[in-house]
Amino acid sequence: MDKTDSLLLGLLEKDCTTPVHELAVMLEVPETEIVNRKRILEEKGIINRYSAVINWEETDRDMVYAIIDLKVTPEHEHGYDRIAEKISWFSQVQSLFLKTGTHDLQLVVKGESMHEIAAFVAEHIAPMDQVHETVTHIIMKTYKQNGIVYHEREKGKRLPFSF
Amino acid sequence: MRDYISSLARVIPPSGIRRFFDLAEQMENVISLGVGEPDYATPWHICDAAISSIEQGHTSYTSNRGMEPLRLELARFLYNHYQLEYDPDKEMIITNGVSEALDISIRSIVDPGDEVLLVDPIYVSYAPCITLAGGVPVPVPCLAKDRFRLTPEQLNEKITPKTKALVMNFPNNPTGGVMRKEHIKAVADIVTDHDLVIFSDEVYAELTYEGTHVATASIDDLRNRTITLGGFSKAFAMTGWRIGYLCAPREITDAALKIHQYVALSAPTMSQHAALEALRHGNDAMREMIDEYYVRRNLFVDGLNRIGLSCHLPEGAFYAFPSVENTGLSDVEFAERLITEYQVAVVPGSVFGEGGINHVRCAYAVSRADLGIAIDRMGEFIKEL
Repeated sequence: MDKTDSLLLGLLEKDCTTPVHELAVMLEVPETEIVNRKRILEEKGIINRYSAVINWEETDRDMVYAIIDLKVTPEHEHGYDRIAEKISWFSQVQSLFLKTGTHDLQLVVKGESMHEIAAFVAEHIAPMDQVHETVTHIIMKTYKQNGIVYHEREKGKRLPFSF
Repeated sequence: MRDYISSLARVIPPSGIRRFFDLAEQMENVISLGVGEPDYATPWHICDAAISSIEQGHTSYTSNRGMEPLRLELARFLYNHYQLEYDPDKEMIITNGVSEALDISIRSIVDPGDEVLLVDPIYVSYAPCITLAGGVPVPVPCLAKDRFRLTPEQLNEKITPKTKALVMNFPNNPTGGVMRKEHIKAVADIVTDHDLVIFSDEVYAELTYEGTHVATASIDDLRNRTITLGGFSKAFAMTGWRIGYLCAPREITDAALKIHQYVALSAPTMSQHAALEALRHGNDAMREMIDEYYVRRNLFVDGLNRIGLSCHLPEGAFYAFPSVENTGLSDVEFAERLITEYQVAVVPGSVFGEGGINHVRCAYAVSRADLGIAIDRMGEFIKEL
């Protein structure tokens, strides 16, 4: 990946609504090149979606997130892939990772209540044959998400002028 | 009562922006492009290193030269980044910001009556420091048509038998101009032929956008006659820590060290611990900040040209230096009316020397959103003129 692609991805990751003409100015390339580069990055599966980062804690809608660690028995010839694929199908599952450490898979699950999350784990995840342990952690407060710091302290004031 | 104020203190001019400072203080909703420091807070791991050093009781003086591990790490950094080789035990002093480094180095070299050339426009401290050392500051114009670089023609014109040294600060505050390898080479022979010392303030070195910074002392045999000044303020967002350095051949460093030990003793110990952490682990955060300055520069300079303020694309630092000539206002009138009527603070270029007349310095070390608002307000202001 060249420097321009790398900067473009960084800019889009921070704000995917930045207009093409502004991106072109910032990266010193023609607008058509920005359009082409975005298309190629999308086609390669590097850019997968342009979405908003929402702090649900600030809305009046109840939204509960949980991190669920699973111990899983890998399958012959498929390892963890098939069970991971199966878990990915659930719309409640926001992210899914294979990781090192005491557990094998880690899910980030979204629900409207703790009860809903508990039911999801009990009814859909725990009963799977390959899953032999689940540990559910409810998210209590979000400090940083997708690079955005919530509840940031006020910065020190700079002088209006300095040399 | 006698007038106790020394004649030297009397001749140095007061800060050229005091009046603007007072104006800005009275206003609300000001977007300040007048600030010569990053808008980032110092990265947390750097702050933590300082806090931890205090907790561990590292609150005494350090050696005059600065902590040994910091000098070793700095020597490594200067070699890796700029191919500069300095002996950390003999050719380096850690100072209270670059400000102290420039003061003690000037006082180590300049005798009363010596003429000291300085690029113009230039950061405001040099001329007064030269005057305080009894020297005579002689500006060498760096013109917009040359992208504010120092040229051999302009340099040659100002050299007299009394000329002892040359002060350069590239990447330049206030213009953002830089000297590439070929530009330094072009003046190197003149400097050598006239046996001048170079004070090279390279505090903005990391903020060089196209290509990499070329250190003056890395060119030909200029190392023997160059005092390299640098600091942590700009690249690591550490202005308030007051930590900088001076590197020079041993003879010069020994002289500067004598002055340093009497006027400063040592740089703040906790700041030295913070600087060590910055050099060891601060590179990633620094690169992120520099990438952000790069896109802001492009956005802001495009905006300036769009609203009719002609501005070259600065190759370094975080300043744009547009001309305000076509507005019919002087740079001081422009800056004064802009802050009073549209609440955008910029610094009149003439503050930085005659070469800055008809220009204003705009620091783009503010958020992209604020830069956008500033451009809109400046555009409205120009339309109303």
